[in-house]
Amino acid sequence: MDELLEILNELHSDVDYGTCETLIDDKILDSFDIITIVTEVNERFDVKIPATELVPENFNSAKALWALIERLDEA
Amino acid sequence: MLFTSYKFIELVLCLFAAYYIVPRRVRWPLLLVFSYVFYWLCDPKYLIFIGTTTVTAWGATVLMGRADAKAEAYLKANKENMTKDERKAYKKRLASRKKLFMVLCLLLNLGILAVTKYTNFVIANINTFLSKGNAIRAVDLIIPMGISFYTFQTMSYVIDCARGTCRPEKNPFKVALFVSFFPQLVQGPISRWNDLSKTLFEGKPFNASDFGSGLMRILWGYFKKVVIADRIITGVTMLISYPQIYTGVFVFCAMMFYAFELYCDFTGGIDITIGIAECLGIKVTENFNLPYFSKNIKEYWNRWHITMGTWFTDYIFYPLSVSPKMLDLSKRSRQKFGNGVGKRIPVYTSCFLVWLTTGIWHGAAWNFIVWGLMNFVVIMASQELEPLYAKFHGRFGLKEKSGYKVFEIIRTILLMSMIRMFDCYRDVPLTFKMVGTMFYKFNFNRLTDGSLLKLGLSASDYYVLLAGLVIVFSVSLYKARKGTDIRSALRGKTALAGFVMAVLFAVIIVFGAYGDGYDSSQFIYNQF
Amino acid sequence: MEGNTLKRKHSRIRTAAVIALVVAFLFALMWFLQCLLMPKYMKGIIEGAMTAEYYDSKEPHEVIFIGDCEVYENISTAELYRKYGISSYIRGSAQQLAWQSYYLLEDTLRYEKPKVVIFNVLALKYDKPQKDTYNRMTLDGMRWSSSKVDAIKASMTEDESFIEYLFPILKYHSRWNELTSDDWKYLFSHDRVTTNGYYMRVDIRPQKEFPPAPRLTDYTLGENAMSYLRKMASLCRENDIELVLIKAPTEYPYWYDEWDAQIVDFARKWGLTYINYQDLKDEVGLDMTTDTYDEGLHLNIYGAEKMADHIGAFLVENYDLTDYREVPEVAALWEENLRFYDDLRAAQQKELDEYGELRSWGIGAVEN
Repeated sequence: MDELLEILNELHSDVDYGTCETLIDDKILDSFDIITIVTEVNERFDVKIPATELVPENFNSAKALWALIERLDEA
Repeated sequence: MLFTSYKFIELVLCLFAAYYIVPRRVRWPLLLVFSYVFYWLCDPKYLIFIGTTTVTAWGATVLMGRADAKAEAYLKANKENMTKDERKAYKKRLASRKKLFMVLCLLLNLGILAVTKYTNFVIANINTFLSKGNAIRAVDLIIPMGISFYTFQTMSYVIDCARGTCRPEKNPFKVALFVSFFPQLVQGPISRWNDLSKTLFEGKPFNASDFGSGLMRILWGYFKKVVIADRIITGVTMLISYPQIYTGVFVFCAMMFYAFELYCDFTGGIDITIGIAECLGIKVTENFNLPYFSKNIKEYWNRWHITMGTWFTDYIFYPLSVSPKMLDLSKRSRQKFGNGVGKRIPVYTSCFLVWLTTGIWHGAAWNFIVWGLMNFVVIMASQELEPLYAKFHGRFGLKEKSGYKVFEIIRTILLMSMIRMFDCYRDVPLTFKMVGTMFYKFNFNRLTDGSLLKLGLSASDYYVLLAGLVIVFSVSLYKARKGTDIRSALRGKTALAGFVMAVLFAVIIVFGAYGDGYDSSQFIYNQF
Repeated sequence: MEGNTLKRKHSRIRTAAVIALVVAFLFALMWFLQCLLMPKYMKGIIEGAMTAEYYDSKEPHEVIFIGDCEVYENISTAELYRKYGISSYIRGSAQQLAWQSYYLLEDTLRYEKPKVVIFNVLALKYDKPQKDTYNRMTLDGMRWSSSKVDAIKASMTEDESFIEYLFPILKYHSRWNELTSDDWKYLFSHDRVTTNGYYMRVDIRPQKEFPPAPRLTDYTLGENAMSYLRKMASLCRENDIELVLIKAPTEYPYWYDEWDAQIVDFARKWGLTYINYQDLKDEVGLDMTTDTYDEGLHLNIYGAEKMADHIGAFLVENYDLTDYREVPEVAALWEENLRFYDDLRAAQQKELDEYGELRSWGIGAVEN
């Protein structure tokens, strides 16, 4: 989780990822950020997020994103 | 058939009447009939194309659905005697089978799109390359109306079914209506099955307040289209048809006129489409969200032609950038060139490809391809400059100042309008040349010497345009400030809304630039 | 509970009433705008006002002329009355095409049954719809009836649509930036512009040489136009009306001998009278140095009165027509017509004497 927050903070340091649950809906993260996240996650966790998982529900909060990573890692 | 043709309006009025007379369950079939009548009235030959797309999409998705059902049953039956790995392998085989249906369907339909739209472009380029004039003769192909829109819409459905985010529809007629829903055929938007199907087949009971609201939106669309866009287009055409005369400041005029024309024409058309759907109790996705209030180009593309943008994001940009190959490429370039470059590789490559295809999708000409790539360049430049901007903003506390926001908005409009000049001029070199003259030919005095009155627009036309644009701007500003549009504010206020609509209707009828009009100069050929 | 439903019902009725009011307002507004934007044809090109003016006429007519400028500029209805007591009306309009003549005749028969109908044959040279502006001048003034609908359908060019006839504002909306004071003045009323369909000109411009007649590849009069002539003939036969065909004396546009032969043939077959006034100029006493106002294309008042003298003598001799000078109620109405005729003539003459040309009449007249 900490490492994920590190990735997110590199993107936008002025966001409180602990509480924000509308990262996509409020357009804080755009498509470029999402791709950067996917690339970084692949790099650091060795988890490949497929295109079908690139939906708002998975990226709206750091928590949701972490859950996604854990789910994909298990499978 | 255009929105502004009498035939279209008559068809829609007939539909409104018929739609609410027939029982609810035959409303969507009625819509299908009207859609096919619409297409048939445009050109009966079009039906072959839209029919093919419908049948293949339906076939492919139904096969996917069947494969899914069979697999589910199989997995359920063999739950006990399969290991986890076996199940995984089975699922993978299933996925690849669905993918096969999808690929075949995509190849066929995108093939049709490519052949009808791009054959002559390719031929022309081969001829130029061989520099032999007309070595290969251009072929005479029909381009079915709205083919780019309905093909993309249908392919999104096929892909979503293959991905499993969408349930395949078994009824071929429902698929047919989704593909052919006629208000969308002219200018989009590109809807998704999951959005549109929620209300498309429902046949909602008549609701006066919804109907009135839809009607108002239709009128608003016509106002923008007929009073502003169709009037100003005369000036645009004149300015860009004689580039040797209209240089310097006139290029700027053409640029701004075209910016208004395109905005009013496109958003107006979408308003008409969404309004018609609203009158029928159908919800169509929004395609614009105040694009000319964007503070940068990325934001602009999130607000302009939204459904096209999300289509390219969902079906090209994302799959490309997160594909295993791309991730590998990123990994390898990280090792070679460091983190900075490696991180950017997927975004940049996919973005480049997205804008290349966006350009090609817009039209079969180099102008559009260059237009797409210009967008790519500007977006990338602003992306790279962002940290610099942030520093700059931070130092001077500019971000919050409203004056600076206005500056950002105007800058974005100018930039986008300039790139759009590739739509206008004959070819790419001419566009560069003409845009160039804007920066060194300062012929401002020409603005007041009456040249502007020789563009087919009279002084009174300019007054109408000015008044029209002020109204459009005020309405947009209201929405930007309040977060809702004026229509929702007028809901429930029947008298006021009715009065507004009546006046709007009269304004469209009187000041609209439609019909060949009354030409008293015909009497010059005195034939009494 | 009951109160609630009652309330709902009340608000429903209120909404319906408001909607009805709004719709009424919309119709009133559009009707007003339509009246404002339609051309008034009160000055300059007055030909567009002719079709509607017929409905104002109160006296009965035993002779009806139908056709284009070759009837409405060439025959003085006032002279026909003055000299012979013939009460006639010219249902003419600019470039009136054969099918329009037919439907105008049909329309006329809704209001009265004349004894004689006289049709000028020049328009038979057109077999297809020509120009929208001319269509509109002939048709806009017609009252709505199945004849008008059929006339529109027969007349429309490819670029026209029926709905623009149904709601003329769709056609004329672009006039918003050329409105004149006349458009306001004649918003709901109009002035009289003709004497029973006769378009008066008192000025003189002698005939000049016309360019040589071009050769045609085919001299057959079009089948479509001829079919309407047949319809006209049978409509008259059914109604016991004598149909007389004429060709005006003016020589341009050309009337080819080959065409003439076809009309002669048609008249013989149907047992109709056909008079080609081009051959009777001397008998009529026409002098094309004084009897035309536009170098020989159309006759002026002097020519039109001579034509009336001749055609009136023919009518009185051959048909059993009433001398309405002897019928007091009709004579009173005709007094009104003659007064208009004489006043207009005096006004035109005054202007002609003053400027040497007509300034308030004719195509060049400025609207103010």
